[in-house]
Parts: sequence; structure tokens; C-alpha cells
Amino acid sequence: MAPSEIKQVILDILARIAPDEDLSNLDDSVPFREQMELDSMDFLDIVMELRKQYRVQIPEEDYSNLVTMDSTVSYLTPILKDTPAAAR
Amino acid sequence: MKYGTIIIGAGMSGLAAGIRLAYYDQPVCILERHTTIGGLNSLYRLRGRNYDVGLHAVTNYATKGTKAGPLSKLLRQLRLSWDDFSLSPQKGSVVSFPGHNVRFTNEFDLFVSEIEREFPAQKDGFARLVDAINKFDELDLSQEAVPARTILSQHLSDPVLIDLLFCPLMFYGSATPRDMDFSQFVVMFKSIFQQGFGRPYSGVRQILKKLVRQFKSLGGELKLRHGVREILVKDGRAYGVILDDETELEADHILSSIGVAETLKLCPGYEALPEDKPAYRPGDISFCETIYVLKDQPKDLGHDKTIVFYNRTEDFVYDVPEGPCDLRSGIICSPNNFDYGVDETGQSVLLEEGFMRITALANPAYWLGLEGDEYYAAKEEWEKKIYAASLDYMPDFRNQILDIDMFTPKTIKRFTGHLNGCVYGSPVKHLQGITPIDHLYLCGTDQGFLGIIGSMLSGITMANNHILSK
Repeated sequence: MAPSEIKQVILDILARIAPDEDLSNLDDSVPFREQMELDSMDFLDIVMELRKQYRVQIPEEDYSNLVTMDSTVSYLTPILKDTPAAAR
Repeated sequence: MKYGTIIIGAGMSGLAAGIRLAYYDQPVCILERHTTIGGLNSLYRLRGRNYDVGLHAVTNYATKGTKAGPLSKLLRQLRLSWDDFSLSPQKGSVVSFPGHNVRFTNEFDLFVSEIEREFPAQKDGFARLVDAINKFDELDLSQEAVPARTILSQHLSDPVLIDLLFCPLMFYGSATPRDMDFSQFVVMFKSIFQQGFGRPYSGVRQILKKLVRQFKSLGGELKLRHGVREILVKDGRAYGVILDDETELEADHILSSIGVAETLKLCPGYEALPEDKPAYRPGDISFCETIYVLKDQPKDLGHDKTIVFYNRTEDFVYDVPEGPCDLRSGIICSPNNFDYGVDETGQSVLLEEGFMRITALANPAYWLGLEGDEYYAAKEEWEKKIYAASLDYMPDFRNQILDIDMFTPKTIKRFTGHLNGCVYGSPVKHLQGITPIDHLYLCGTDQGFLGIIGSMLSGITMANNHILSK
């Protein structure tokens, strides 16, 4: 997957976790937590959704990479580079 | 067949945990001994009518679109939308003590002004208490228990106000007599006074129906009439269950919602623990409740309150009564008195029949000891006594009654398996949900998140912490 596809994957996951949030104005460089009501339970869900959909295991010490959209995409880019995007 | 997780009990906490696990593709099976789901918040049909048991109101009310708070957290975790529960807000409730009536709605400001009017000298102290409550992190599972009365008396000097605050919070969730752990007090204070009450038009079945549908659509298995007789333990680790019909089922994890003492009694070698240690003792706070079906809407009889919490004497005593029921205090709930909105012609949407539910503390030992005709005679006698004791707080609707049904601690024991027929479980909560046995976890009442929303969050949190994050 290319970074733009990874970003879409994350947006889809966020939409599923927080269906009432408006994601269209999300700033990629600002922490998710400052723009949305996300708590630690929701972060676990992002990790779990990635595992469920793409079999990606993210160790707990790497959770700090999932702070902003930019940091999340750059963390996942090498991990998901050979994974095909799921049919949407 | 080996499951990832077996959940014991298809109440709100078990179903919510099941949804989480099934959503993340675990083979998960919920085992329920009873013929229907719900546990302490269940439903039944009697003489052609639907009845709810348990749920008077869903606490932690939030309007559609609210992003923070327990209800939205719950909906997110279950991948449900606000409309799935469609909670209608209460019209207004009251706490009635001798000489004091404090009203509350889902607008906390009203409650504050009512307290200030009724207890002017306590105004500043109450503001400090609210501040302490707002700053308290009740979701920290590692905290030590602190008696709530100790904290309240640091802020408030009027014992009547202290009892008045405790009254609805204890009635709606305290497993301990006379006092609560402060963290439980905070959970209940926020959920009842700050967030408030709501109810789906069709009551508890709306919530249970959505939970079951979600669970099954994700591939979860639900087996009714499947009681667990024994939890299989080897080398200190749980690995499966034996059912009442001797079938053996294996699983990596067992999550039990049936209560801590009730769970350990199923584990060979651990049965003696409940009597040995206070932490494993079953609770004994229980209630009798009568449900009245009326010809008219309660509001047409002059009763427009959603819930009345009353206390008729100087002190409010929340404890196991010496007699069969405690006539000094009670709860009067009318499911009609929620704001169910208007239909296309602009008419208020009403429940088809009037309902009144009256609840009073009951002594489990007394009720569990009765059999047959004696039991039915005692029910009839105490229905009348509780009704008479409640007449200062509601109109006399005796000649309006279409049907009556009543539950006692005996009913609760029969349908939930709770030893003593207790409603709010063990007095000592197990916030982490761990047991002396590996891979055996608790959720629900004895884990200790309170209320309807709390019970579901309990199942979710335990599934997340012990199973999904591993």
C-alpha cells in the first residue's frame, strides 16, 4: 500500500470507531486526541482493527507512533508496503 | 470444538464482552442457564403482557451526538449507533425526605439549585463536593477503597443532605450497606445526577435485542438453557466448562458474569474460598418490587414523576431489613413518565398502558425460606404494606389496576443464580476482574461498574484488558 492508501485505511478505521465524528477536517499533523474524543480504549481499537484487517502486530512500545495521522502513516508505510489494499 | 472464550451468563456484561470478542474474530460462546437473555435486567411475558425486570431507567443519559461520556464510549466499543438504544429522557424525578423535596432532571443545574434552596447553609460545601467528584478519576482500576461518608463529611455538615444524596445512589447500585466506596459513589453521582435517566420506548428488550443481534451477526454463539456445572481447572488455569448435561467445552479464556462467589463455587478446589475470605462473600442487599399495570397513564392520575426516591424517617437506612421488607423507604418508578417525543400528528407518544413499579429493600433470608402457599401469602401481604407506605408519594390507583406482578429475592435467585438473591452482587468489588485462577476473569456486577451502561462497559473492559490486548 502507498501512504495515501494507508491514510484511507486509518480514516476508515476512525470512521468505524467514532461514527459521530466529522473526519473531513482532520489535520494530519495534529494529534488525533486533540481533534476527536478518543481515549485509550479507542487506541486499542485502532491497533486491533489493523490486526484484524491486515494481520499487523503493533507492539505496545510502538503505540506512541499512532499519535497523528502523519506519524501513523509514516510508521505503517514500511510495514504495509507489500500488503495489498483491501477492496473497498 | 475449542473456543477462544467462553462467557458464562448472557446478561448485559456478557453480551457486551461477547460482541467485542466476536468483532475481533474470536470463536466465542455465551452460555446461559435461563431460557432467556438479560440476567438481572431481563424480560418476560405474563398473561399476555410484556414486562421488564431490573432496568427502571438507563443512567448515564446523553443526547444524540454527544462525543464524550460513558454512553458514547459504550456505543463506539460495540459499533452501535445512538439510535440503536434510542433513549428518551426522563421528565423529572425527586428525592423526598421528611421536610425536603429535591427534584432532578437530566439538567444538573436544576439539581444544584434545588440543593441550594433546600439546604442553603450547605451551598459552598456542596460546590466543593461537586468539584471533588468532577476531579476524581473513577476509571482508575488500581485505586484503594475509601468510604464515601468520610469524604462527604469533609464537605457537608448536614447529615440529612448526606443521606439524601446517598439515597438514589445506593438504591440504584450499592452492594454495601450504609456506605459506599467513594469511587462507586462518584460513578453513581455522575451517572444519575449529572447525566441522568433515559429509557428506550420498548424498555430493556430494545437494548437486549440490539446486543444479541450484533453478537450473532459477528458470528458469536449464544446457547440458552446451557448452565455451567463446573469450571475445568488444571494446574491453576481454567481451560473449559462442564455443562449441566455433562457436555464438556474447552476454551482459552473463561469470562464469568455470574458473581465472584458463584463462579468460584464452580471451580473444584476453590469452593471453600467464598466463606473464607470477605472478598469472595456474596452480597445480601436485595429488593421486592411490585409492577402494577393500570388502565390510565399515571400522569392522568396526577403522577408525573419519572422516579421518586422516598425516605419516611429521620435517618436513611440502606441495609438488610430485620423484617421481610423495609417500609421506611422505597422507589416509585413510572416508565410512562419519559419524554417519548411526538408522532406525525404532533401528539405525545405514550406507552400503551400505565405502569407503576414500587421497590423496597427486602430481607433475602426471610424470602428464600418461604415455600408454596406461605410464599404467595407473604407476597400478597407485603405488596399491600409497601403500597400503603408509598401513598404519601403517589396517588391511590388501586381501582385502576389491570394486573399485578411482584418479584422477591427468591425470584432473583431463581432466575440469576445469585446466592441470597442479591441484586448488586458482592460487597467487595473486583475492579481488575481477576480471580485466583489463571485465564478465569470476572465481568458484570462483581467486577463493579454500576448501572446498565456500567454493566456493558464492564464486559467490554474485561474483554479488552484480559483477552484482546494479549
